[in-house]
Formats: sequence, C-alpha cells, structure tokens
Amino acid sequence: MTENIIEVRDLVKHYPVTRGIVFKKTIGQVKAVDGVSFDLKAGETLGVVGESGCGKSTLARVLMNLEKPTAGSVLYKGQDISKLSGGALRRLRRQIQLVMQDPYTSLNPRMTVGDLIGEPFEIHPEVAPKGSRRGKVKELLDLVGLNPEHINRYPHQFSGGQRQRIGIARALALRPEVIVCDEPVSALDVSIQAQVMNLLEKLQAEFGLSYVFIAHDLSVVRHLSDRVAVMYLGKMVEVGTEDEIYERPTHPYTQALLSAVPVPDPTLRNNKAIIRLTGDVPSPISPPSGCRFRTRCWKAQEICAQEVPLLQIRRGSDHPSACHFAEKREIVATHGA
Amino acid sequence: MSDILVSEQSAPGFGGSGRPSGRLLEVEDLRVEFRTRDGVAKVINGVTYHVDAGETLAVLGESGSGKSVTAQTIMGILDTPPGFVTGGQVRFHGKDMLRMSAEERRRIRGEGIAMIFQDSLSALNPVFTVGFQIAEQFRVRRGMSRADAKKRAIEMLDQVKIPNAKGRFSNYPHQFSGGMRQRAMIAMSLALDPEVLIADEPTTALDVTVQAQIMDLLGELQRERRMGMILITHDLGVVADVADRIAVMYAGRIVEEANVYELYRKPAHPYTLGLLDSIPRMDEKGQELRTIKGLPPNLMNIPPGCPFNPRCPMAQPVCREKVPPLLQVGTSRASACHFAEELVNRD
Repeated sequence: MTENIIEVRDLVKHYPVTRGIVFKKTIGQVKAVDGVSFDLKAGETLGVVGESGCGKSTLARVLMNLEKPTAGSVLYKGQDISKLSGGALRRLRRQIQLVMQDPYTSLNPRMTVGDLIGEPFEIHPEVAPKGSRRGKVKELLDLVGLNPEHINRYPHQFSGGQRQRIGIARALALRPEVIVCDEPVSALDVSIQAQVMNLLEKLQAEFGLSYVFIAHDLSVVRHLSDRVAVMYLGKMVEVGTEDEIYERPTHPYTQALLSAVPVPDPTLRNNKAIIRLTGDVPSPISPPSGCRFRTRCWKAQEICAQEVPLLQIRRGSDHPSACHFAEKREIVATHGA
Repeated sequence: MSDILVSEQSAPGFGGSGRPSGRLLEVEDLRVEFRTRDGVAKVINGVTYHVDAGETLAVLGESGSGKSVTAQTIMGILDTPPGFVTGGQVRFHGKDMLRMSAEERRRIRGEGIAMIFQDSLSALNPVFTVGFQIAEQFRVRRGMSRADAKKRAIEMLDQVKIPNAKGRFSNYPHQFSGGMRQRAMIAMSLALDPEVLIADEPTTALDVTVQAQIMDLLGELQRERRMGMILITHDLGVVADVADRIAVMYAGRIVEEANVYELYRKPAHPYTLGLLDSIPRMDEKGQELRTIKGLPPNLMNIPPGCPFNPRCPMAQPVCREKVPPLLQVGTSRASACHFAEELVNRD
C-alpha cells in the first residue's frame, strides 16, 4: 500500500460577508468549502472537477496554506500544515507548490524569466547556493521545453503556452513532492493545451510527483487523473477512480455533468442521452438544506431536504457517493467513437 | 438537429427582401490589417465564407486566427484605427456592406444581422437595467411607446426562458448570473428579428451544464426563426453538436471548409487533423496526446508559402514557396493544402 502524502479531514473554509465600512458587521458566511475529506497518495494524480463557485480554487488555496481553514485539517505526512509557522512552514512550502491558471497575471512582468524561476532559491538558499542558480534555472528551462538561452527575456516575449511552462518551471524549482495545479490548461488553445498536458505527465513520471489537478474540463481531468473527486457547492459529491467516475457514476450531479460535455463527434448527436439541469447553482451564502444539489435534481424527495447525504459507499456501487438515491446510469456521452 | 439540414434546402429566397436570392450573407476575399506602432499585422488574409437561412456555419480557430475580427468586420464594429479593411466584400442579400453609407449599415445591424458576445458582463451596459437595454431597440427602431416597448421586452425575456421575466425587467446586469446574462443578451440580439445571428464564443465563459442550456436555447430559437447562424468557437465539442458546416481558420485564412460529418470523419487539412488529434479523448487515456508542434505564426511576420508549413508534419519544399489556395476537394468540401487529395484518399 502506498502512503498518503496528504490527508484532508473535514475541511471547512467560510468567508465572512460583511456590511458597513466603519462598523463592519458580519451578515453571513460564504461557505466556499464545507466539509471535504480526501487522501492524496504518493505519485498519484487526484483530479478535482466542478463548476465555478464549487470551491475548488479555495481548496487549492487552503492546501497551499495561503488560507487558514475555518475548521478541519490538512495533514502533510501526518503534520497539520495550518499549525505550522516560521521555519517549519517554510520547509513545508518547499514540498507543496502551485501552478496557477492564468499565465498572463501570475508572472511579474518586470522580472526576467531567470529571476522569476530563480526567486524560490532566494527564499530557500539551501536548495541552490548562489553561484549555481543560473545554471539551475537553465536546467529547469530545458526541462520544461523552453530554450535556456531565453533566460534574460521578459514574460511578454512568450506566448501563453510558453508562459505556462515558465510557471511550471517555477513550481518545480524546489523539487517539491506535491504540485497543486489550479486550472493549468484552461487558458490555453487546444493544440497548446495538449503540449502542456504531455509535459505535466512527463514530469510526473520523471520526478514521482503527486498532483492535485483542479479543472472544470472533464476530458482533461480524465486524461491526467488516477482518481477523480467531483465537487458541488463546497462539498464532494462523488469520489472514485477515473473509471468509476466516468464509466459508472452514481451521483445525479456527476451524471448530469458528464452528459453535458459536448463530444467531438457529430455522429453521436442524436443518440446522446442528455440530462438537462435547469437553473443555476444556488448561492453558497445560503445553500439549500439537506442535499445541496436537490434544487436542480430530478430525483429529489423529501428526505433530500431533511438529511445531508454522506459521502459513503452505497448499495450496488463500488465507490463513495453522496446521494440518498445513488445508482448507476449509462452515460452515452462519454463513449467517444 | 436533422431538420436544420432539411430547412437549408427549402430556404432559398427566405428573408423577404425580394432581391434575387443567392446567398444571405457572403464574405469574399476579406482582408484586414492592424496598423500598430510595432508594425502591420495581417490579421485577415483573404477569408471567404457564406451562410444561408436556417443554417449554422461554425468558424473554428485558435486565438489569433482572425475568427472574431472577421465577425467584427461584418458587423462594422472593427476598431479603426488600428484595424483597416484592405480588400474584399461583405455582401448581405447581394449588397456589399463595406461600400454602404453608415446609415444603411446601421439599419442592417439588429434587423439584418445581430451579434452576441462572449463576455456578457462587459457587453451589457452596467448602469441601465436589462429590460431598458432591450426595450430601447423597440423605441428607437420601431418607434414604440415606452409601455409597448416594455411589453415586447418582457416577451423577449420570456422567450429566452428567463423565469419571472416581468420581475427581472428592472434588474441590472450584475444581478443576473452568467447564464442569465447570456440569455438576456440573446433576447437583445433577437429583438429585431435578425436574419443572421453571429454568436462569438457564446458559451466559453459558462459552465458545462449552463453551456448545454444555452446551446439548446440558441438551436431552438434558430429553428423557429430560420435564422442563419455563424457560430465562432474554439471548442470542437460544441461544433460537433450544432454545426452544419465548418470553416477552419488559421493565421487569417480559411484552411478547410466542409460539412461537419465529413470534417470529423476525415479532415482534408493537416491543421484540422492536428486539432482533432490533440483533444484529450475519453477513450484513449494514458497515451501521450498527439500535439501540433510549435506555435501559431506571428501575424506581423507570416512565413512564406503555406502559413502552417513550419508546424506541419507533411511539409514539403513546395509548401515553403507557394501559398496553397482554398480549392475544392471531392464534391462538397474545400481545403487549402497542396496535399489535400492525399489526405482525403488515405485509409
């Protein structure tokens, strides 16, 4: 059995909603992440999918310890990261790195590529002594498929895909064990997206990295992930291996999400069993009682309003699902040609 | 979806203009360049396409391929400067819009051709209510009274399935969710009953479940009104779902045009082939994705010959010398590749 490198337990992150400028008072809570638990094993990729506002980016920020959780814990090799500070926190940060979504705003336009990728070494001088840094940066550039000669260029001289490679090189600089990728390819064109995905796979094989791969594109997530977690309004509704989620989903939301993905094959137009959800995602300030998906769910019954369905293995299924009426359903849409 | 194909054949002359029919909207050999401080970017280099009543033409391309600039030129909303039309025609019912007076063009906008945009938050005016922005058209263009215009606007909101349309009339854009705003924009663009709708990435900013709702709505309204639709997108999945014909753009040119089924079955241009290959497929997990190597060309410095040649796995010396014209391959498709026949005839 492989060890768990990260264990997340009952993680909750609420943001206060305030009114007033001088006399602020809290009038509510945005329940961005509301009780999420999962494990990340060494060397695996956990995909996290969900629509905007489901809390997947907040999850990334808490995993990176950029936000303190309201409740619950994130354990890195048994250590609670939110309780660390000073030197211990700095040492931890070496091990968990982040690749951000937008390669246009996440790179400082006034710094050269050499400075951007080399900056982590300033904070963690023990990784690379001063004299060797430029050499290290050149190695990293080469590793991510950029020309090491371009070390003195500025971000605006690169295309979107190349900038994302710079972001990846920067995340790799400290040789972390875990990389949290928050929508790393969603700002890129299809042909460039494929290049970056191949790079991420190559790096994982080379360095034994673990990824938490957050995205809204279900086919991208399937391509890269070993296990997939589906989120809806701050909660995980279904977790399983890539096969379990895509071939045998049991939660109605997962089923609807999969069936809504347009398949790049026109011959499947008429035989798609599409589940059409009505309406929009409710506000995370006042989520529905009981099951949060019940307001858009075609299976909703009285019990769904009263009782929060737990994420657990249900009868007739092989993986955890947070639905009182979980059952398999064939999703024609995922079976491309 | 199949009834779109049927209506395409039974549609000649639709539009009620009485002019000798031919095509509803045609773009021919359009050329646009952007004159900037750093140099001249040749953004559109001879684009030709057309759309008929009741038909959906998808214009597919990556960022910088010129798909949106073509649409802006058709609508007459190209920023000039820096953008300048340097050649070609845009004919609506056979009349070249690029040579019309500003007043004539204004009359076509909204009633003849309407457009919806990707980013609904910036496309709607934040200081007016959604209802006012829709009703305004009825008052200005149809000379309706305030009350009648309001009634029509509420009808429009209702048609795009905004719940409680009456109550929503006096909401501001920020009070709508992303999907609702996109619906409101559709209502606005269809208010004057246009013959052609240009949808520029209408669902790119939306989540998949909402995207599915919006595409359904667009398809439904298009069938009811027998509009011609130009769907601009980079999403090969959306295209496969709704398009009748596809025009693939690269570096300001159409590189391939074909019926949707033929294009996905057997692309006749290596760029299209590369695009289709680089989509992560649900059934080929674990394998390395095939990619198109390199980057799209800098439009200020497009390589000689075929613009795709530096990235093309099939490139031959001729590709570096001669620009391949968009030529018919077989009966109903066209490709701008010197080796299109070989591509189509391979197994």
